Amino acid sequence: MSVLATPGAPRGRVAERARYWLPAIVVFALGLAAWQWLLPDVLHVESFLLPRFSDVLGALRDERSALARGAWITFKEAFGGFVIGSGVAFLSALVLARWRPFGNALMPYMIAANAIPIIAFAPITNAWFGILSPWSKITIAAVLCFFPVLVNTLRGLTSVDPESIELMRSYAARESSVFRRVRIPNSLPYVFTALKVASVLAMIGAVVGDYFGGSTQALGVVILSSVALSHYEVAWAAILVASVLGLAFYASISLVERYVVGWHPSVTRRAS
Amino acid sequence: MTDASVVSLRGLSKVFPRGGVTALQDIDLEIERGEFVSLIGPSGCGKSTLLRVVGDIVEPSAGEAIVNGKPARRARLDRDYGIVFQAPVLYDWRTVAKNISLPLEMLGWSRARRAERVQEMLDLVELTGFEGYHPWQLSGGMQQRVSIARALSFSPALLLMDEPFGALDEMTRERLNMELLRIWRETGSTVVFVTHSISEAVFLSTRAVVMSPRPGRITSVVPIDLAQPRTNATREQPRFFELVTQVRELLHMTGADEIVEPALAPEEGLE
Repeated sequence: MSVLATPGAPRGRVAERARYWLPAIVVFALGLAAWQWLLPDVLHVESFLLPRFSDVLGALRDERSALARGAWITFKEAFGGFVIGSGVAFLSALVLARWRPFGNALMPYMIAANAIPIIAFAPITNAWFGILSPWSKITIAAVLCFFPVLVNTLRGLTSVDPESIELMRSYAARESSVFRRVRIPNSLPYVFTALKVASVLAMIGAVVGDYFGGSTQALGVVILSSVALSHYEVAWAAILVASVLGLAFYASISLVERYVVGWHPSVTRRAS
Repeated sequence: MTDASVVSLRGLSKVFPRGGVTALQDIDLEIERGEFVSLIGPSGCGKSTLLRVVGDIVEPSAGEAIVNGKPARRARLDRDYGIVFQAPVLYDWRTVAKNISLPLEMLGWSRARRAERVQEMLDLVELTGFEGYHPWQLSGGMQQRVSIARALSFSPALLLMDEPFGALDEMTRERLNMELLRIWRETGSTVVFVTHSISEAVFLSTRAVVMSPRPGRITSVVPIDLAQPRTNATREQPRFFELVTQVRELLHMTGADEIVEPALAPEEGLE
């Protein structure tokens, strides 16, 4: 950004923002227009393949209470899994970084486990927690969140340059102080990158988990039953809700990131 | 060892277990209070390792390092020295002020006392007004001044500097040399300064310790009898050139023919 565009010049800033976002907004509008008219009217895409946009909006309006209830149930599952999975991953990373031989012994298995398609366990978690329990879905979401957060946090905690540690040693710093003052702050940009990935994974885990059981009002179940009843516009409305939820989840973590990692050159430069 | 000794090294050796490289061999050296001692030698002569042994960051394989009349480890735990590396090693998540007050935090100083000292240090390194900046918003020279302010903030008796100006351009380096000498005079601290620039060693030091590579040994110690305080005119005195020549010849005798002036030799391998 040029030096002349100071933060005290709101008009220039708004105009600049508008110029920056205009192409994206145009693409968005074109996409909706194509969905509304081009696909059904010109290309004759059948409504069971993709219902018209206005029909989906109609379903959204008609089914809003069921969708809102489902969204709330599924979001709680996703959020619970996110908090548990990410929290346990962060603490595990601290332990593995603090006791490196322990970390070195476990790390290959962590990475290997990360490659497992955890979604495959979704039907089995029902056997663990009972078909109606939200815990099967929270577990799926948590396990999905666990590995990216663990691996990234561990990298952030350990990729500290040796002189930073030597400096702390020269101050006779205890290990806990090195973690608090150097390793953890250093890891935060990595942690937030992982949390953003995890927020998306948690939503996926919760919705897919819904397909295999749990509350009959959850968002995933709404999708499944609407499709079974050929109410495709309702299914699409539910998908839309799930997408907006996922986006909101992701965006709120980005906001927290800006606040917490505001010192980081990448964040501040992007914001200025 | 006399009462005035700040650093006393006796029969120090360091062999790195990996590869069995002898980084240091039979190092004996006494550094007195208020001295400015340069360690000079080619890459791989162990001068950075020697500095880290004094700071108890690297443990010697044999011999002992006494700092302020106590074992180096005790001195480190008592926070008797401040250290400055070639990289500024500032924490991006802390402002300039908070970087400078890091050691004070660890010493448990009160917030008010820290703030006061930070202002003094900013004045000392001429960075007043930059306390709210983050390190990456400053130039390399300014970052290194923050690093020096941090090292001096808790008034350590000893300042250890590992090629602090090695990554800076020649103009900045000369200015910071002058600034360092002023700070040294004002604070009365003892400085151990690692460099591979002959002229920098001669200009700054009261003594230059010449080291040879593989195994790292002290081959000679040259007292630098240039008048204090040193000024830019010092660099043009005939005696300055004599001393530079003397140190250069001593370095050549160590077999370190590859040594070049620092502006042309930015990289120094791991020691």
